[in-house]
Amino acid sequence: MSVNRTLITTAPLDHNALVRELDTTGIGAIATFLGLVRDHNKGRKVLRLEYEAYEPLALRGLDLIVAEAREKWPAVTLAIHHRIGRMAIGEASVAIAAASPHRADAFAASRYAIERIKQIVPIWKHEYFEGGDVWIEGATADPDNAAAREEALRIACA
Amino acid sequence: MRVTVRLFARLRDIAGSGELTREAPAGANVAAVWSSLVAEYPELSAYERSISCAVNADYSRFTAAVADGDEIAFLPPVSGG
Repeated sequence: MSVNRTLITTAPLDHNALVRELDTTGIGAIATFLGLVRDHNKGRKVLRLEYEAYEPLALRGLDLIVAEAREKWPAVTLAIHHRIGRMAIGEASVAIAAASPHRADAFAASRYAIERIKQIVPIWKHEYFEGGDVWIEGATADPDNAAAREEALRIACA
Repeated sequence: MRVTVRLFARLRDIAGSGELTREAPAGANVAAVWSSLVAEYPELSAYERSISCAVNADYSRFTAAVADGDEIAFLPPVSGG
């Protein structure tokens, strides 16, 4: 079965499906990353998260990240799936797979992808914790912010 | 002209709706649409410096001109991952 390289979905994520989607011709390494719903945040006991997205733009953002990674690491193939909707503690909200001839670029590209998701993709966490709820607000989404992109590259290549 | 305004997360909570239809004067840019929205929902002003915007589901700028029928989205700081 063929799956999309980039996807926004309400369904549980299957990172094996991502891996299966990648062409392994000439590939020596696949780095996978799963982001999970954590049971605590800033001293709060988290009960669940609800993710909201501006779906068409979120998908465009993921595609942009794939294109940026391709520019930096031409031999790497990247797949990114982000889940939205209600998620329980321990469920995966994001799955990334990066295939590369060598491991260094696979690790770097997957790290770059998660850093860029947090910078530019229009997805928001609504955190329900013991005693209340709050929208989590991170970065101002601007794909043209060169300093942010540099920072993501610096972290990825550290 | 008539535009569709899309709001997300806390912005949606403030306005009480994620999708609004608003009139905008000919030649208006995204900033003008935002300003009239802030006049309507003063609590939005807290986001003046931290939001970004999209026009017709593509990243845009507040200086971008808007056209009749456009979908203007205002994005509070994102928190995906």
